[in-house]
Amino acid sequence: MITVEGISKTFLVAKREPGLKHAVKSLFHREYTAVEALQDISFLIAPGEIVGYIGPNGAGKSTTIKVMSGILVPDRGSCTIKGFTPWLDRVNYVKHIGVVFGQRSQLWWDVPVIDSFELLRDIYNVPQAEYKKTLTLLVETLDLGSIMNTPVRQLSLGQRMRCEIAASLLHSPSILFLDEPTIGLDAVSKIAVRHFIKEINKEKGVTVILTTHDMNDIEALADRILLIGKGTLLYDGSVSGLRSRFGTRRTITADYHENTKPLEIPGASLLSWTPERAIISVDTEQVMISEAITSLSSQVELLDVTIDTQPIEDIIVQMYKEYEI
Amino acid sequence: MKLYFKYMLMLLRSEMQYRGSFLLMTFCQCLTPFVTFAGVYFMFERFGELKGWSFYEVALCFAVTQVAFSFTECFARGFDVFSSLVVSGNFDRLLVRPRSTVVQVLGSRFEFARIGRLLLSAGVLVWAASQIEASWTPLKVVALVLMVVSGVVIFTGIFILAAAISFWTVQGLEVANIFTDGGREMIQYPLNIYHKWVKRFFTFIIPFACVNYLPLLYILGRDGADHPLYALLPLIGIVFIAPCLLVWRIGVRHYRSTGS
Repeated sequence: MITVEGISKTFLVAKREPGLKHAVKSLFHREYTAVEALQDISFLIAPGEIVGYIGPNGAGKSTTIKVMSGILVPDRGSCTIKGFTPWLDRVNYVKHIGVVFGQRSQLWWDVPVIDSFELLRDIYNVPQAEYKKTLTLLVETLDLGSIMNTPVRQLSLGQRMRCEIAASLLHSPSILFLDEPTIGLDAVSKIAVRHFIKEINKEKGVTVILTTHDMNDIEALADRILLIGKGTLLYDGSVSGLRSRFGTRRTITADYHENTKPLEIPGASLLSWTPERAIISVDTEQVMISEAITSLSSQVELLDVTIDTQPIEDIIVQMYKEYEI
Repeated sequence: MKLYFKYMLMLLRSEMQYRGSFLLMTFCQCLTPFVTFAGVYFMFERFGELKGWSFYEVALCFAVTQVAFSFTECFARGFDVFSSLVVSGNFDRLLVRPRSTVVQVLGSRFEFARIGRLLLSAGVLVWAASQIEASWTPLKVVALVLMVVSGVVIFTGIFILAAAISFWTVQGLEVANIFTDGGREMIQYPLNIYHKWVKRFFTFIIPFACVNYLPLLYILGRDGADHPLYALLPLIGIVFIAPCLLVWRIGVRHYRSTGS
């Protein structure tokens, strides 16, 4: 349903040295550097998928979202979504999508939330009956009942984000683009937002594409991730695939009867050690977990052992390092 | 069009959240044309006439321009402050909505306080129209209405053009004010008091003469301008919006958005 093929986009950025002299000079003569925001990006997304789009700041995530939502025209490549080319048939295309920019509001600042919703209904030409139905559902699931008559400027960030998401769904789009939907939210709001995204995906089959820096979002939501760095697509696959490829390290925490002799386990590194407890990092590509534990139990009298997989955050950091992005 | 009014209602409601400031602004806005107009009055007090134009004739010319301009500033303000939408990247938001960008930009901002200015100018217009030595015919009334309407269209066109420039420069250009504010100042007076090239510029490049000077000649029955076609000249001014919209469309395609 979403086909992106060989999208490239280059921005010309004016180069300017600091200082007044150069500022004046740049008025008359400017040098530009070409920044390749996207280089030959291609992927396919099926209806009903939740795709996490990740990468460090400035990698090209937002640019891709903007191309897919018809805001930017790419230099090369094609993009077909629901049979439309977003930037060519903008008005007809955007009826089918909802977009939430986490850092930018789509609500009118000084009026109650409900007024904004009603204007959006007019903008999208949603029939009254359908609007009522959708609104009731959204108010219920996002728990907006008590804040509908509050002016937007008086809402907390968490409340506002819930309203933003509701606002982008009033016209029942089949594709939802979320650009950092959980940025700056507290734990409770984050979980509420994630829960809701999961729900509309399951109930209404809405395809969701979200960018985020919070790997917990990805783990809670996305079946599939796209990793982008320096404008190129580096990884396209499942979260578990990512784990088996990059997250091969395990952390073993062992408690044992007092033992003053330092431990020695082949192929593993000791992260911390006390006479009662040791934390050991094992690369499972080199040593099997069972071998490490056998070796441990031969040296100390074990009381308790826990094995932790590497947090996804760490895996991502490792990937960023590996790809030098 | 319906949507435009919905936008207007919404922003009016926002504005009413700050009632005190709104009323004060409206009042202050009255003062600006009042002071300028007083200037015109005192000038005529001193010199009697301006190249054969009497006070009321110039006042009519002045009022038509002021009404058109304040109307435009009130209802097409979105284009006037458009560069801020580009700088902040909020234009993105308009692009993901299934409506024409022109309606949405128009609807993004209203300057309701300008109504004060509008009312005062309209008052001057009616007063001057009743005082001039001209026999009013229905066609002359039509001409007067067309002058205002078409003036609004031309000013809107210039606003759109100026706004479109910010697609390339990001920051709006103050240069555009030469044509909006500057144009307004110039055409407040009958164009024949200026140098020839000024007259030509405001006839053939920006057709202000068609909406102001030339039909005014007809209304006043001056300089042999008695052909009824003069009354319909303001319609030509309306055509000016077409190239402006074209440049706007090209600009939208050129839009680069901001980071993040």
